[in-house]
Amino acid sequence: MTGVQEALTRVHREEWARVVATLARRYGDLDLAEEMAAEAFAAAVERWPADGVPPAPGAWLTTTAHRKAIDRLRREARRDEKHREALMLSGTPEPLGVIDDDRLRLVFTCCHPALAMEARVGLTLRMVGGLTVSEIAHAFLVQETAMGQRITRAKAKIKAARIPYGVPLRDDLPARVTGVLAVLYLIFNEGYLASGPGAGAVRADLTAEAIRLTRLVHALLPADGEATGLLALMLLTEARRPARVSASGELVTLAEQDRGAWDRALIAEGHALVRARLAAGEAPGRYQILAAINAVHTDARDVRDTDWSQILALYDQLVRVDPSPIVRLNRAIAVAELDGPEVALAEIAGLPLAEYHAYHAVRADLLRRTGRSTESREAYDRAIALSGNTAETAHLIRRRDQLGAP
Amino acid sequence: MAQYLISVLHDAAELATDAEMAAIDVFNEGLRADGHWVFAGGLASPDSATVVDARAGGPIYTDGPYLESKEFVIGFWIVEAPHLDVALRLAGNGSRACNRRVELRPFLDA
Repeated sequence: MTGVQEALTRVHREEWARVVATLARRYGDLDLAEEMAAEAFAAAVERWPADGVPPAPGAWLTTTAHRKAIDRLRREARRDEKHREALMLSGTPEPLGVIDDDRLRLVFTCCHPALAMEARVGLTLRMVGGLTVSEIAHAFLVQETAMGQRITRAKAKIKAARIPYGVPLRDDLPARVTGVLAVLYLIFNEGYLASGPGAGAVRADLTAEAIRLTRLVHALLPADGEATGLLALMLLTEARRPARVSASGELVTLAEQDRGAWDRALIAEGHALVRARLAAGEAPGRYQILAAINAVHTDARDVRDTDWSQILALYDQLVRVDPSPIVRLNRAIAVAELDGPEVALAEIAGLPLAEYHAYHAVRADLLRRTGRSTESREAYDRAIALSGNTAETAHLIRRRDQLGAP
Repeated sequence: MAQYLISVLHDAAELATDAEMAAIDVFNEGLRADGHWVFAGGLASPDSATVVDARAGGPIYTDGPYLESKEFVIGFWIVEAPHLDVALRLAGNGSRACNRRVELRPFLDA
């Protein structure tokens, strides 16, 4: 890549959300903001190779986008003034809640609870992440037209229902941050265990984007424990990515991973965030506990050094915050290490997870360890049938076949 | 400011209890005091409805609601709010007051 291309890529990643957010605040129209930001970047692609990268690229883009927006509005001036006035700007709550940052307003608008979850994810990746509709559609394995419609509908609802372009008021903030973090975690998880056989096992672009957006939220709301927790959780998970898929494209379980391949810098950063939350002395939420569990795993240089009793204690804490069957399933893995597979099997018996591939994969592994090969093979078959991820399927098939002929 | 319709959803014949009515009165007073109040009303049951169709000349009357469904609208508020977050809070308080699910929908901009 030439210097200019590199600059364009970097500026796009760093400045897209800022340009969109500034325009959205100024004109109160997400569509206009997005289109003008796109035009400004298109102008940069055209001009910078000849003129050179401007000294303040972000300011150049914002100014260019503003000029284009004003041109557009002048051309459309005869369009009903009232209509324009009625857009969300007039409904912006002033003064804003706790923090005044255009990008944070944009995040909260895109992750508004009145939008369907898939729409929130698509809109966030488009407006805040700057991904194209086709990239988002590809990542979530839906047709581009379907994703486009989803995003268009979400923007239409923002206008029609007057979803405010703003950070919620203090009273609503904790609940709304939870929703924002849920969207970001969903994006991360889709990247970390891509759901379709057509996709790569890991979508590093998506995990990177989720981390970048979570860093943004964490930077904007540094006192929010769960934002910190989620960032730590993502970093500690991402740190293991290089060891997670083998050269032959098979998923490698945590116990079998080459720990030397883990990203020590990400682990150090994640651990520091976990320690900061512990020092804060507040009751931790779901993401903070999950981050702490990952901190214990990544602390062990060898799987045999894993402090399972601490992990189980953390899962006990997590069950109190989130008593979902999936949490109880994961807790049982720690139980198996401490009390043996029989006890763990008893704990997961009857969990309402019959359609969840990981339930059968865990069961298969526990049954294998108790020597019940036939039942184990059946459980592997069920897990393989339900798993959508190519690397995971490959891993499960090898494990099943190691059981030998029935 | 925009106007929103808060429809109250219901799935049985019985009317609001005295306690619910009292809570609704308190909620209504709050709407008036805070400048959100536009209009509100309760509706008679769906079997009191008549569908009228005059698209092809003289009106044709059909006894009963236009849609047979388990759930129906039994009342509504029309409120004024600057944006959806305020309207959502009002809808939440309304739902709590009347002890039923509600649907929130914006009016089209004039």
